Amino acid sequence: MAEQAARRGGAGPGPRESTAFLRDPRIRAIIYQVLVLGGVILLAVYLVSNTMTNLEQRSIRTGFGFLQSEAGFYIGETTLVNYAASDSYGRAFLVGISNTLRVALIGIVLATILGTIAGVARLSSNWLIAKLASIYVEVMRNVPLLLQLFFWYGLISAALPASRDAVAILPGTYLSRSGLQYPAPIAHWIHPWMLLSILVALGACYAYYRWAKQKQAQTGVEPRLFLPFVGFLLGFPVIVWLIGGAPMAVDMPELGAFRLVGGAAMSPEFLALLLGLTFYTAGFIAEIVRAGILAVPWGQTEAASSLGLKRSFVLRLVLLPQALRIIIPPTTSQFLNLTKNSSLAVAIGYPDLVSVGNTTLNQTGQAIECISIMMACYLFFSLSISFFMNWYNKNIALVER
Amino acid sequence: MTQTKWLAAAAAVALIGFSGSYAQAQTLNQVQDRDALRCGVNVGLAGFSIADDQGNWTGLDVDYCRALAAAVLGDADKVEYVPLSAQARFTALQSGEVDVLSRNTTWTTTRDAGLGIHFVGVTFYDGQGFMVPADLGVESAHDLSGAEVCVQTGTTTELNLADFFRANDMDLQPVVFEGFEESLNAFFGGRCQVYTTDMSGLAAIRSVDAENPEDYVILPETISKEPLGPSVRRGDDQWFAIAKWVNYALIETEELGITSENVDELRENSDNPGVQRVLGVTGDLADLLGLENDWAYDIVSQVGNYGEIFERNVGVDTPLGLERGVNALWTDGGLMYSMPIR
Ligand SMILES: N[C@@H](CCC(=O)N[C@@H](CS)C(=O)NCC(=O)O)C(=O)O
Repeated sequence: MAEQAARRGGAGPGPRESTAFLRDPRIRAIIYQVLVLGGVILLAVYLVSNTMTNLEQRSIRTGFGFLQSEAGFYIGETTLVNYAASDSYGRAFLVGISNTLRVALIGIVLATILGTIAGVARLSSNWLIAKLASIYVEVMRNVPLLLQLFFWYGLISAALPASRDAVAILPGTYLSRSGLQYPAPIAHWIHPWMLLSILVALGACYAYYRWAKQKQAQTGVEPRLFLPFVGFLLGFPVIVWLIGGAPMAVDMPELGAFRLVGGAAMSPEFLALLLGLTFYTAGFIAEIVRAGILAVPWGQTEAASSLGLKRSFVLRLVLLPQALRIIIPPTTSQFLNLTKNSSLAVAIGYPDLVSVGNTTLNQTGQAIECISIMMACYLFFSLSISFFMNWYNKNIALVER
Repeated sequence: MTQTKWLAAAAAVALIGFSGSYAQAQTLNQVQDRDALRCGVNVGLAGFSIADDQGNWTGLDVDYCRALAAAVLGDADKVEYVPLSAQARFTALQSGEVDVLSRNTTWTTTRDAGLGIHFVGVTFYDGQGFMVPADLGVESAHDLSGAEVCVQTGTTTELNLADFFRANDMDLQPVVFEGFEESLNAFFGGRCQVYTTDMSGLAAIRSVDAENPEDYVILPETISKEPLGPSVRRGDDQWFAIAKWVNYALIETEELGITSENVDELRENSDNPGVQRVLGVTGDLADLLGLENDWAYDIVSQVGNYGEIFERNVGVDTPLGLERGVNALWTDGGLMYSMPIR
């Protein structure tokens, strides 16, 4: 319509033309969007400013300045970030974030492994294994996670003895109501370097892998991968450790006045949360894996077998790569769920982000600030996981010719 | 549990965001229109606020609610109790869900000046202590280094705990719970060797929640000051004044010897000018507060004076078995002191 008007009008803007562009659906769409956006922004501005004035009039403290003041409370678990009660609220948040990431990352790895095993097991030709796997999957998916957490936590506190009578499951490693306590090497300057050497070893593995593929392409012989990998990953740190003078000092858990002290520990709260999240999420991942494998046409298996491939090769080389395309996107959302579900930690007293955030909220009274920080953190975690998984998906996707 | 708390917080945020320009909230009118006082209390702490299986609430904090309802509505039973966890309590008061918060809450600077609330006074002078299983053989809080301590978050308790261990250079392994139940289960289940909260709370937990009270000892040290008292929302001076003077009336009547038993007789026959003023026989104090003349009479006749409330709920003849101690009247060497009602 606008085009017509333009053609007819030809010279200079007439009165008809000035309104004609309003009838262009594209332009109208833009105008509507601008109006809606403007409305949303106005509403947001109104809400924020109204909240601020109301809070001020009620003399409720506002702003993020509190993050720098002394927190004054202890946090039970500070594995990754050093923290004392004299540190700031900001640092307390960091502890909460690191505790959330700790349980979420370990949980994701374990749930993926367990879920894959259970998913494959459900397809097993062995009746017993397949049935057990499906019972597992059904139970996990149908019992609310919170109950599962209470179950694990209750199990730990009911089944295990008090810390003073802890059971030794390995020399120096004890299980009790205070959790899992195990010997830990006493901090030494060489330790960070050993960690670094593991990274280097990973790089070496990758380089070797590239070389092996090239070699296979040229000669048709596939060089062994497993032993060299293990060699790199174990050898590098051991060599660095030897260079560092092979420090042997170990801090052993010992009986103190109340309980075993010393060494390193995993609290029952952490263990219960990790078990709960892992088993629960693995149930869902198992279904995704099973569906992914089933979705690959049977003909592929037959074709691969008739080529004379071993059963394990059929799975590894033919089925999984195709199944992964189907598996990865829904698995990503399971990873996101696991991360967000870790906030149920508050129910059993594991000091995750929400728990520390709530404590801060209660001690400072600054609800809006604390809740926004928590929301921003979870948003960031979730976006990072999606981002990484999308990248991985792109990389692993079959290049179709 | 978490969900409801998030909802409550979100609701509070939304309320604060949307509520129009901030007018003086006429709490007294609202309460009278509603014909019920909304009172935030503890979910269940023997002696302070606990409901029996018929839903009847009793306790020292509950009796303050009843006294306030008697003063403003003439009927101590016209109270809607809103049980609040340690974390939800201030949000509930700020957002107007309750008219008054009477839930073993410690009066501190941060809370008084930073949360938009006013503390009304002190109904119970408390302090924080520790409880341990008797078979640990611990005799002093100073021997607790290295112990795992169960504590509830959102309380002054967790802050004092940190202060005490820091000040004495002791090793602390706190196990922090959001829920009261969970923290108690953890302690009685052996997850930690020590439980800490206000001394009165310890007495209640030991006598009511413990399977066998003899198995637990409360250590002698009091490590903090915990003046517990009711609080109201800021911005309504009249309501603040009423809440304050109801508290004083409880103490003043005890000091004057007015009890639920003799109040009728004293109102008829007493020629003590102080008694006559408090009971509204003379003077116009009630007008100044915006209440009926018999406000204090209603309090004492229906709820009793502070001493009666104390003895009934937490005194030596109750399971808690607490002495008056610092909570005695100032005339008996305690801290309970009413501003003059005149
Ligand atoms: N007076 C302290 C502690 C009050 C408090 O919440 N105590 C705990 C332990 S006795 C409690 O009452 N919990 C009951 C609940 O949260 O339901 C404060 O005001 O922070």
